[in-house]
Amino acid sequence: MQPEGHDIELSVNGVQYRRAVEARMLLSDFLRHELMLAGTHVGCEQGVCGACTILLDGAPVRSCLMFAVQAGGHDLFTVEGLIGASGELNPLQQAMHEHHGLQCGYCTPGILMTMTAFLKQNPDPSELELREALSGNLCRCTGYQNIVDAMLKAAEMMRAAAP
Amino acid sequence: MTTRFFGAPVKRNEDRKLLTGQALFIDDVELPNMLHAAFLRSQVAHARIRRIDVSAALKRPGVVAVYTADDLGAYWQAGPLLVPPPPIPGIIFHLRTQVPLARDKIRYAGEPLAVIVAESRYIAEDALDDIVVDLETLPAVVDLEAAMAAGAAVVHDDLGSNVASHVRQAKGDYRRAAANADLVLKRRFRYEHGISSPIETRGIVAQWNARGQQMTIWDTTQAPVFVRNGLAAILGVSERQVRVIAPFIGGGFGPKIMIFYPEEVTLPWISMRLNRPVKWIEDRLEHFVATTHERGQIHDAEIAIARDGRILGVRDVFLHDNGAYNPYGLTVPINSQCTMLGPYVIPAYDSTFTSVFTTLPIVTPYRGAGRQHGVFVIERLLDLAAHELAIDPVEIRRRNLIPPDAFPFNNEIIYQDFAPLQYDSGNYEPVLDKALAAIGYEKFVHEEQPKLRAEGRCVGIAVACYVEGTGVGPYEGAKVQVQSNGRVSLVTGIGTQGQGHFTSFAQIVADQLGVDVTEVDVVTGDTDQFYWGAGTFASRGAVVAGNAISEASQVVRRKALKLAGEVFECSEDDLVIADGKVSITGIPEKFVSLSELAQRANPMRGAVKPGTEPGLESTQYFGPPSGTTANGVHAMVVEVDPETFELRILKYVVVHDCGTVINPMILAGQIHGGVAQGIGNAFYEKLAFDDQGQLLNASLADYLLPTALEIPRMELGHTATASPLNPLGIKGAGEAGAIPVGALFAQGIENALELARKGIELLEIPLSPSRLYELTRKDGT
Amino acid sequence: MKPAPFRYVAASSLAEALVLKARYGEEARFLAGGQSLIPAMNFRLARPAVLIDINGLTELASIDRSMAQAIRLGALTRYCAMEKDAGFLEACPLFADALPHIAHPQIRNRGTIGGNFCHAAPASDLAAVAVAMQARMCIKSSRGERELAAVDFFVAPLTTALKDEEMLLEIAFPVPRPRSGAAFMEVARRRGDFALAGVAAIVSLDEDDRCSGIRLVFCGVGETPVDASTSVSSLIGQRCTDKAIAGAAADVRRMVAPAGNIHASAEYQRHIAEILTRRAIAMACDRIAHAA
Repeated sequence: MQPEGHDIELSVNGVQYRRAVEARMLLSDFLRHELMLAGTHVGCEQGVCGACTILLDGAPVRSCLMFAVQAGGHDLFTVEGLIGASGELNPLQQAMHEHHGLQCGYCTPGILMTMTAFLKQNPDPSELELREALSGNLCRCTGYQNIVDAMLKAAEMMRAAAP
Repeated sequence: MTTRFFGAPVKRNEDRKLLTGQALFIDDVELPNMLHAAFLRSQVAHARIRRIDVSAALKRPGVVAVYTADDLGAYWQAGPLLVPPPPIPGIIFHLRTQVPLARDKIRYAGEPLAVIVAESRYIAEDALDDIVVDLETLPAVVDLEAAMAAGAAVVHDDLGSNVASHVRQAKGDYRRAAANADLVLKRRFRYEHGISSPIETRGIVAQWNARGQQMTIWDTTQAPVFVRNGLAAILGVSERQVRVIAPFIGGGFGPKIMIFYPEEVTLPWISMRLNRPVKWIEDRLEHFVATTHERGQIHDAEIAIARDGRILGVRDVFLHDNGAYNPYGLTVPINSQCTMLGPYVIPAYDSTFTSVFTTLPIVTPYRGAGRQHGVFVIERLLDLAAHELAIDPVEIRRRNLIPPDAFPFNNEIIYQDFAPLQYDSGNYEPVLDKALAAIGYEKFVHEEQPKLRAEGRCVGIAVACYVEGTGVGPYEGAKVQVQSNGRVSLVTGIGTQGQGHFTSFAQIVADQLGVDVTEVDVVTGDTDQFYWGAGTFASRGAVVAGNAISEASQVVRRKALKLAGEVFECSEDDLVIADGKVSITGIPEKFVSLSELAQRANPMRGAVKPGTEPGLESTQYFGPPSGTTANGVHAMVVEVDPETFELRILKYVVVHDCGTVINPMILAGQIHGGVAQGIGNAFYEKLAFDDQGQLLNASLADYLLPTALEIPRMELGHTATASPLNPLGIKGAGEAGAIPVGALFAQGIENALELARKGIELLEIPLSPSRLYELTRKDGT
Repeated sequence: MKPAPFRYVAASSLAEALVLKARYGEEARFLAGGQSLIPAMNFRLARPAVLIDINGLTELASIDRSMAQAIRLGALTRYCAMEKDAGFLEACPLFADALPHIAHPQIRNRGTIGGNFCHAAPASDLAAVAVAMQARMCIKSSRGERELAAVDFFVAPLTTALKDEEMLLEIAFPVPRPRSGAAFMEVARRRGDFALAGVAAIVSLDEDDRCSGIRLVFCGVGETPVDASTSVSSLIGQRCTDKAIAGAAADVRRMVAPAGNIHASAEYQRHIAEILTRRAIAMACDRIAHAA
């Protein structure tokens, strides 16, 4: 069967893209190998590990469980979009750095995207609520403790800075 | 010299790249004209291969090539022995190693049979279905005792049995110890470790450049230098023609240091053959069988003990599941054998193991590397003896600890570094006391536990001790160079897998050369940048590379001071080095910058004197005479639901002695991560093989890695007895967190459910709510 | 793990979706949330020749509480929409209990109730809830419509009563009776994992606080939701004392026949079925007391 091309137009980190894709191309592969946004990582392609988590219209989703063709007309947000206009780390990234919340860094982009959405909805979470929100992202290096500390701190910083 | 960075919790240099999604991991390598490979893997565990028909696959549009073992010709050969067995008298060792693609016989489900090369991974996977394989299925060999029984199917036909190795080591006279003992306690223990399951699987990109006759390989390996050397040899080119680059690696934990994996050997050959770059990324389903495991052992162990709890001797006979091939020699079972001695004085020890071939994936070291198994046995024996003798379990340990004045302590039996097992230094009792204080042992046992029990809650406490051999050779090297712009470059052959080498190594250099840690650029894992080295494994990075880096930095420092002394025409003793400058002590205005010194050291005119070298650089190597020994104590308070047997950790403490610490923040992270893997091993992760050698839970939905809800907050404590075996006094720490957790869980759950009183013993790991229910039903509760 | 090739059509109307499904029959699958279908396709366990994407049919996503008798959920309603609807959760406490157990928020942002039911996993929490509440499945094809009781919809593991040309359109959940309470509970290895056993319990009391009706349905202990309501019928006409509940739970233990799996032996599943029965009925009764 000849792969048919489907035209899609979507926005990623505020930039408009237009591409033709084969129907079965996974959104994770599309972001990484078509758009060259390789910050989103692939760990399982079954929706469990969370490494591929991105924001779709503001909501965290598994990019390995969507086809690129489904993303047309949507606004996507990936780890490459977190950095500030002058290249500064955003509060979550900065907190992860200060609290040693990453070791190999492979699960980190997925965690940042999950936490970006979570902290927006829950600006003052308890540790338990935070761990529940984090439980859909697997990390094999850190034992999670420093990630939890980093995210609680980031939440605190953002509350203090909020108007 | 004051240390500004060494010993400080310096933030990591490598973070920014990782946090912004800019770090290069293997699947990020994109090359023009690149092809993609997919491997056809055996669906059965044991079979003779009659025929593999790839003709249909070749016809599929988008498929460029399909190869089987026959296509490889003379290139097809079994992999090398990576770690020779130690020189133990009477040892039996049969080497059988993995091949690039199976020919004649399949020995585990997942073994590669053929490889498809196509324009995309999608098409390559389509073509896998086109290949027709004709097999004669043979009985699988899964159970260790069945494998050893007469009439069992044989994994390697020419051997006639499934014995891969047989080793006996002994010291003292166990028989006499048993005869003199007040108690001899004998039990059968089963310990299964799991798989490393890093979030990033393996991958390789091979690029042969026919014009330049150069092979470049990107590889998720923890041992790039060995890979370069080995591949150059089998490809028939010189080492200088092969460059192996280990990019950022998403977790290794051991199985990424297994080398000459079938895929690692096949990809470069394909690239050479097709003269195009080829990429293979292991998917998660493959990872469960294609990347090496650490699995199980069955121990029949006994302890001879005096009435006051002193150990007189230990005897142990165990079977070790080796998997289908044994390229890694005996590292894992030797570690089990040696680590069983623990931090205790054990005058008589008689340990025998048989490493058994099975039709299952290969077993090689995974974080802990067999130490878990040994620690479980000795810690459980002590717990059971404590109950029999009515001695507190902490007290019985205390009575047996090696005293601080007994170091170096010679355990006599031979360890994985080929030398008799010698503990270099240690002071064990303060570590135990610190852990007891942190967990609140006395208060818990005498006040809190009785109170909670009266409320109907099942809470228990556990304390486990262990010693960990670390920092083994052979050696590592480092090149430190001050560049003409004043930045310092550090290059080393050791790879990295996320443990912060870009920072901890930079700290060592920064202190010696008086620069900021962010001004040190670290390159690891590129064989073109640094030619020599072994790799990151066995908790040796900080010890071995760290010392080489320290040596090289000190040489560069002396060169800088000497040159500055010539500039100022003064003695080097009058100079101080700080903030990237060398100045005269007390006269900071009289300085020369390191960058200027670097330029002076590489003059455009004038001579470089004979016997000296240009530049402010030095390459040094460090090879420890033998491994160091770190030690620690873990303590835990745990609650078990008496109805469902679900478990909650209420408190977790680790006190650890790894000698001198370079970066306590990075060390803490390593302990956290190790404990998390230990918790997974103890209560969540279990490989479920059926009797046909099929892995039933080859999925992250069913192989249960712990999440943020399963891992508790941990409290860490630290003591330091420096190692006398290296100038920095460092011991290793990478595996410490993972080692005693199984023993801790068994003890803690027994205590929580008061099982000893009920005559129920937990002699196996992993446990689970269902398994606890099965084990406790017998008494009718 | 990459999926096998397929032809993709984004349906622009329900009629178009149904015509396509009728044309391709079992060779076509509807793509809703994709959270069960796409992993199956990535593993190549599912290889539909045609994928009909119905995500654009937003009229199929709705939570309609306007009718007195039943709450109607459109099949395309995503879990996250249910979670955000406080009125719905209050009206359907079984959903409030069960939703947090379904995978993780990232999955719940895409997954749909229709997708859950059509996937028909034996451990599906919501399938047990649907059978407990005696929901009605509204099914449509290009040739007409029909209704099925939830218990008749789930036929076997991963198999429903849907014919090749049919689509699940809407599910009607009868409004809970007055003086009734409900609770859903499960035991799983980790949050979000498939239940080793889960139970949905609905208890109704008369003016004397005696049990006038009880529904008890399990997930994860059989090939489809296991309706154990008759095995707790000893409670009917009784006050729900600890002793009475314990007795009923013991009857349940005798009745359920789980097969066991790699995470739990059959005996353990039986054991926790009894424990969950006891705990869920007690909680359901508590909730009636608190509402009063």
